Amino acid sequence: MADEPIIDVAGLAKTFSVLRKAGRVRRRREDVVAVAGIDLQIERGAMVGYIGPNGAGKSTTIKMLTGILVPSSGRVRVDGLEPSRDRAELAKRIGVVFGQRSQLWWDLPLRDSFDLLRHVYRVPAARHAANLARYAEGLDLGPLLDVPVRQLSLGQRMRGELTAALLHDPPILLLDEPTIGLDVVSKEAVREFLVGLNEEQGTTVLLTTHDLTDVERLCERLLIIDHGTLIEDSTVAGITARYGTERTLVVDLAEPGPPLQVNGARVTRVEGPRQWLRFRRDDVSAAELLTRVTAQVDVRDLSVEEPDIETIVRAIYAR
Amino acid sequence: MASLGVWRHLVGARIRADWQYRTSFFLFLLSQTAVACMDLAVVASIFSQVDSLAGWSGAEVALLFGLSGVPFGLADLTISQVESASRHIKAGTFDLFLLRPVPALLHLSASEFALRRAGRVLQPAVVLVIALVVAPIDWSVETVALLLVTLVSGTLIFGSVWVVTSSIAFWTVESQEVANAFTYGGSLATSYPIDLFATWMRRLLTFLVPLAFVAYFPAARMLGRDQPLGLPSSVAWATPFVAIASVLAARAVWALAVRHHRSTGS
Repeated sequence: MADEPIIDVAGLAKTFSVLRKAGRVRRRREDVVAVAGIDLQIERGAMVGYIGPNGAGKSTTIKMLTGILVPSSGRVRVDGLEPSRDRAELAKRIGVVFGQRSQLWWDLPLRDSFDLLRHVYRVPAARHAANLARYAEGLDLGPLLDVPVRQLSLGQRMRGELTAALLHDPPILLLDEPTIGLDVVSKEAVREFLVGLNEEQGTTVLLTTHDLTDVERLCERLLIIDHGTLIEDSTVAGITARYGTERTLVVDLAEPGPPLQVNGARVTRVEGPRQWLRFRRDDVSAAELLTRVTAQVDVRDLSVEEPDIETIVRAIYAR
Repeated sequence: MASLGVWRHLVGARIRADWQYRTSFFLFLLSQTAVACMDLAVVASIFSQVDSLAGWSGAEVALLFGLSGVPFGLADLTISQVESASRHIKAGTFDLFLLRPVPALLHLSASEFALRRAGRVLQPAVVLVIALVVAPIDWSVETVALLLVTLVSGTLIFGSVWVVTSSIAFWTVESQEVANAFTYGGSLATSYPIDLFATWMRRLLTFLVPLAFVAYFPAARMLGRDQPLGLPSSVAWATPFVAIASVLAARAVWALAVRHHRSTGS
């Protein structure tokens, strides 16, 4: 049991039939493929990032994992259950946060929402109190518990949403855009909390996001979906190594000059005495390139920029 | 039973939330009562012109009015919130109900509970009590049992109609108009003796949307009147069975609708 993947998906597909305009009055029924056959295994305790452009099929996949949507074909097992059939039982084992949809009671204090969820999920009072105390401290919610949800800032509310999703101790946490619209400080607080949760309780986390910093900070593994198909499934480091072959050497010269002409690199930007030289790690090492530059001009300062995941992902989408 | 506990907590939360908008609450309660009284005024004004309607006296029609109005009000109070499924589907928030370990229908109707709809029960209840006193009813143990069973069954039948018609939203998204034609329209139709209607309408109300069982058949038996369409007097006792069948049908349609749910947006 413990060695079985907690999320096990094979040949998962979802096709929607939609009515399209065909002429003035006529409508034609058309099939739109949202997810076109996904195979996926996620181990217990993993933190996995799930990214892709809008409309690629991320949310549709998440909804099939929770049982909200019934798959058109394929096999889904989440913690040994079939989501669309065992939806209510599965609900006790997953926590879900939709960044754009609140599951809190808008007009009631945060504390009341948590208390209602205790009844909905039938959490024993003592365990509820212990969990609430722990998350309220971890997410710094203490002073907010008696504030009506509608008066909370987006960042405060998101911390409330996370607590709401976790009070019933789910082994799986599904996060759909958990940091959307948050300021830098709130984002960081949410990320730190998630790392701690994963370490301390071994919660399996699957998150979709547009913010690749989330992925870099949180996930070892990255899934990329496009047009309903998984186009990448490997470690973040692996993807960086495979696609992030172009590095940049930034040099501050003694004085401004024309763009340098160096073998194995090309200047992509000049700003006063500072120049950016892009090179491929396969062609030349950073040390070798620096030697070639210093043979021509005086260098005051330097740094090497690794490609960030954002650039890499943009390159993968563009293929 | 455990579900009932959850329902109570969710409804309590909703009432507490609504209480923050007290003025709105009382204004709505007032308008609801006014609307309910208008329905009554229509019946009253008809009887100011005629002595009987299709052979039914004023007191007898009042009995119909009460027998139809009380279950309708109870269904309106407890389950009509299923109408909001349409709005939740459009906003994408219906998904949240599906993520909880309690039945989505129970969660939805409890979360959208509106105490102000209680006005819809009170007014027909008053009419019913008056009708029970003044109408020529052959009182017996059977009549009392029939009355109680009818009120419960009627609530279940109206509730089922609400669930079935609201389920259409899962296919069309827009469904409130259709739902209202059957629910509010049905409530109006059951407030009058069905002898007033053409035969096709009587058949529709008996066999397709079984609203004649809510009030008409039981009222006819309580008053010792002949049943329409050549049906025996005991057809009144079919009401609880019709209610059970309606609930089972509504459950099946709702389950099918939820499986068909397409969940809009991201």
